[in-house]
Amino acid sequence: MRRLYCDLHLRPNIRDFRQTTSMIRRAARLGYRLIAITLPRSPAEEESRRIRCACDEAGIDFATRVDLRPNTPNELIHDLRKLRREFEIVCVLCGSKDVSRQAAKDRRVDLINFPSVSFRERFFDLAEAELASNSLASFEIDMEPLLTSETPARIRLLSSLRRETSIADGFNVPIVVSSGASDERFIRKPTETAITTSLFGLERQRALDTVSENPARIARRNREKLSPSFVAPGIRVVRRGKNC
Amino acid sequence: MFEPKEFIDEVWSAIIKLYGEYGASLTWLGMIRYDMENRLAIIRVTNAASDMVRTAIATMTKISDKPASIHVIAVSGTIKALGERIRQYSDQPARAPFSGLKHSA
Repeated sequence: MRRLYCDLHLRPNIRDFRQTTSMIRRAARLGYRLIAITLPRSPAEEESRRIRCACDEAGIDFATRVDLRPNTPNELIHDLRKLRREFEIVCVLCGSKDVSRQAAKDRRVDLINFPSVSFRERFFDLAEAELASNSLASFEIDMEPLLTSETPARIRLLSSLRRETSIADGFNVPIVVSSGASDERFIRKPTETAITTSLFGLERQRALDTVSENPARIARRNREKLSPSFVAPGIRVVRRGKNC
Repeated sequence: MFEPKEFIDEVWSAIIKLYGEYGASLTWLGMIRYDMENRLAIIRVTNAASDMVRTAIATMTKISDKPASIHVIAVSGTIKALGERIRQYSDQPARAPFSGLKHSA
């Protein structure tokens, strides 16, 4: 079966509609069938509608995404309560160990991301992976820092990623590789993104899953949960009315 | 527009940065053809090193200090087949909206 390539982390400046459209078209041309664009917590209806229209014109599916950057676990819980049903993809950008532990435990979190290139601020260790393996969280890796960082920082980042992917593999935590692109020149073809993961030790089939199967599964699962007919996992409303 | 030498020097530089001089020596990298007008290039590498070179190319973000991105269109063992695939890629029609995952209303 043909793979459905997905990029779950595009970060255009959504106020610059030209740049956003350009990135959408570039992603479509490079072979992606589903993209998720980071939106602000309270996106304007008009902005979302325009982005959706641009994606429809380009022939690409669009998922809404929010990036949470809480300072404390309680703040994360509060944000999830408020925002979970508003967005299809919820990612937590973890800046502290407490927040990353809470994010890994919480079943409302789809993606855990460590934006820092410094190994001191990356907390994806064995304990984190064990927590994530018992919930629905996937470990997200963005390509843009790899492309933009210079030699000493990039070497350390690659070492960290190699260790983290090995830990994620050990606990069967799904890995999702996204572009994290804020500009269209940082978007790569899905096969090129998959090949680049060889730098931190992913073998070919697993690498292709990180840009296809793993992100698509997250989108599918959340769309089912957010649909009006969803009641609970495995239970949905088939028909409503007096004589059903 | 970039000159062929600027382009290939940048590819070498990306390979050396990632894999060092030893890694670069395994690639047998060479430029076959460069079409400045259409911004297309055909380069030759050894089969064993093709993934390495593709990875290095994926990490390129500039050429001669000017922002750029390089995408690998096709990989083939013969130049004739490569030319055909490049032609197919250039003639690709705009995609019809697909009916895979549908967004919620």
